[in-house]
Amino acid sequence: MPSGTAVLVGRASVPAATGRRLIGLLAAVAVLLVVIVLSLALGTRGTPLANVIGALFSPQAGNPDLVVIRDLRLPRTIVGLVVGLALALAGTIMQGITRNPLADPGLLGVNAGASLFVVLAIAVLGISSPAGFIWFAFAGAAVAATVVYGIGSIGREGATPVKLVLCGTAVTAAVTSVITLLLIGNTQTLGSFRFWQVGSLASRSLDALAALWPFLALGAVLAFAVGRMLNLLSLGDELARGLGQHLAAARVLSAVAVVLLCGSATALAGPIVFVGLVVPHLARFVVGPDYRWILAYSAVLGPVLLLAADIVGRLVVPPGELEAGLVVAIVGAPVMIALVRRVKLAGL
Amino acid sequence: MTARLEDGPAPAASSAVRLRAKRRPAIIVAVLIALVLLVAGVGIAIGSYSLTVPDLLRTLVGQGSGVDNLVVFRLRLPRVLLGALVGAAFAIAGGLFQTLLRNPLASPDIIGVSGGASVAAAFGILVLGLSGAAISLAAFVGAVVVACAIYLLAWRGGVTGFRFVLVGVGVAFMANAVLGYLITRGEVNEVSQALVWMVGGLGGAEWGGILVLALALAVLLPCVAVLAPRLRILQLGDEAAGGLGVGVERTRLGLILVAVILVAAGTAFAGPVAFVAFVSAPIARRMLRTGGLALVPSALVGVLLVLASDLFAQHLLPGAGQVPVGIVTGVVGAPYLLWLLATANREGKGA
Repeated sequence: MPSGTAVLVGRASVPAATGRRLIGLLAAVAVLLVVIVLSLALGTRGTPLANVIGALFSPQAGNPDLVVIRDLRLPRTIVGLVVGLALALAGTIMQGITRNPLADPGLLGVNAGASLFVVLAIAVLGISSPAGFIWFAFAGAAVAATVVYGIGSIGREGATPVKLVLCGTAVTAAVTSVITLLLIGNTQTLGSFRFWQVGSLASRSLDALAALWPFLALGAVLAFAVGRMLNLLSLGDELARGLGQHLAAARVLSAVAVVLLCGSATALAGPIVFVGLVVPHLARFVVGPDYRWILAYSAVLGPVLLLAADIVGRLVVPPGELEAGLVVAIVGAPVMIALVRRVKLAGL
Repeated sequence: MTARLEDGPAPAASSAVRLRAKRRPAIIVAVLIALVLLVAGVGIAIGSYSLTVPDLLRTLVGQGSGVDNLVVFRLRLPRVLLGALVGAAFAIAGGLFQTLLRNPLASPDIIGVSGGASVAAAFGILVLGLSGAAISLAAFVGAVVVACAIYLLAWRGGVTGFRFVLVGVGVAFMANAVLGYLITRGEVNEVSQALVWMVGGLGGAEWGGILVLALALAVLLPCVAVLAPRLRILQLGDEAAGGLGVGVERTRLGLILVAVILVAAGTAFAGPVAFVAFVSAPIARRMLRTGGLALVPSALVGVLLVLASDLFAQHLLPGAGQVPVGIVTGVVGAPYLLWLLATANREGKGA
């Protein structure tokens, strides 16, 4: 009885597969812990592990590395952790609702909108510190995403994947034109904006995170809540509707999660690209098509990639450093290309 | 994108409708040519020193006054000609990429070819201190090198459109990272200059460059004309095309090569003018109501878009005519795309 065996094997292998995935997830968490420790310990000024532990758990005045670790590396590590997680989750959701392998969190126009508002803040209001950009970036992200989603859902069929992708691209292109128009002939604004624009974890304070964490937390909760819906959406609109999925509700919830996560991440670290695109692919490669597992793996692998990029950026050009937003693409793109070459890519 | 074998209407249609459908492409091409001539004429005639229509015609046939000659042949005609050549080159290249890779998003700026040109040009401006023709050469080489890299990286016993697009996106990300590095490290005034180049403009129009670009088009466009019919067969799918005796891989390589050189040559002289490659072919196809390649109308749409945008940027925007055309093409192109989506939906095509 071949079919009977198949069922038995199937039942037996489900817990086994889950077990394997759990072990893989634990391994990824272990890698993340190692990266976090390295992020605290490595930099232009190398610090012995004992001093790192001392600075974290028993801060004493005698520790020569106390200030570096507590005031510089700890904040950027925490911000990197949060931003990497947020971007990876947002990217997974974007790929899920658009069923497009090229979708990244910026596709809803979030990065473009945030950039426009930051440029306006610099050019019109004369604000020039990253801390001052936070609310402008967040507001710009929300406005742009609302516009993209609004235009994308005009018409009978609502926000179909193709329409969302094209609307996001079009709005991004138009907004980018306006940004360039504002920057050309205004070198003062360009001077401040270009550093924000590449995305960086350097010199971040935890004040911004303290202000934004409720949005991030809500976004993360929403992200994991829509995991099951994304699984159904991946079957295609008609099948999902047939199974009783409320497509419109699923898409709106997902879009809200993306705005909260990606908007906060962009406000914290600038428009960091690539993490949200490549991490969901890595996760899918490891765990297969179940979005709940992809979300869990992305939440761990996103911070790993971003923190690793940040560490590399600190070490390659001493005594200066490269912004994490630049390193992440230089490090990540070859991985992505290798994957594209090696793997027979499954459509989304 | 659907491959349609026959462009004619259903047999049940009346002969009058059939006649109209047959004439439609010719009428549209005629209208487009008229519009191009009109916009080009306006572009040459108006400015801080305007010419009347008789003056303009007299100058163009070589009977103008000294001032008129200077204004037309030294200042405005080069600009218009460069715009026309670049618009045609980008539009045809964009149409070829989108058809070849079967993806409406596969324009040269998304798959990294323009990014390669930008990196090379920015490197030339910011690090080597180049200017003029040297930047053009750097941009050309950058675009060709990046395109070769994408093709080789995507090669695995053949190149599929999907793999080419994904590899191209990865390469585009790397190019943007290098660009970000150059822009944050450069001196801010030079960065501003590089930014202007990267938007794409016609300010650097000179007869020498126009001649080179015209020669490149004169060589490449016949190649397109020879290869384009095979592209229609390629659209049926690799296996069907192979069965019909078309050398699939060789045809694809030839067409990609032509498209890349078109983009590289255009970018070298005007910078990567945004959105022209992306929207021209879809606009032309919508006008003709065809799923086919429509290269001639696409090229005309590209020319019209660049010339009209430059007119707009020069005379209607503040900034003393210094606004590069690439900014306006982006603002004009994006709403068109949105309109396309809205109407496609209304007709029940679901985008």
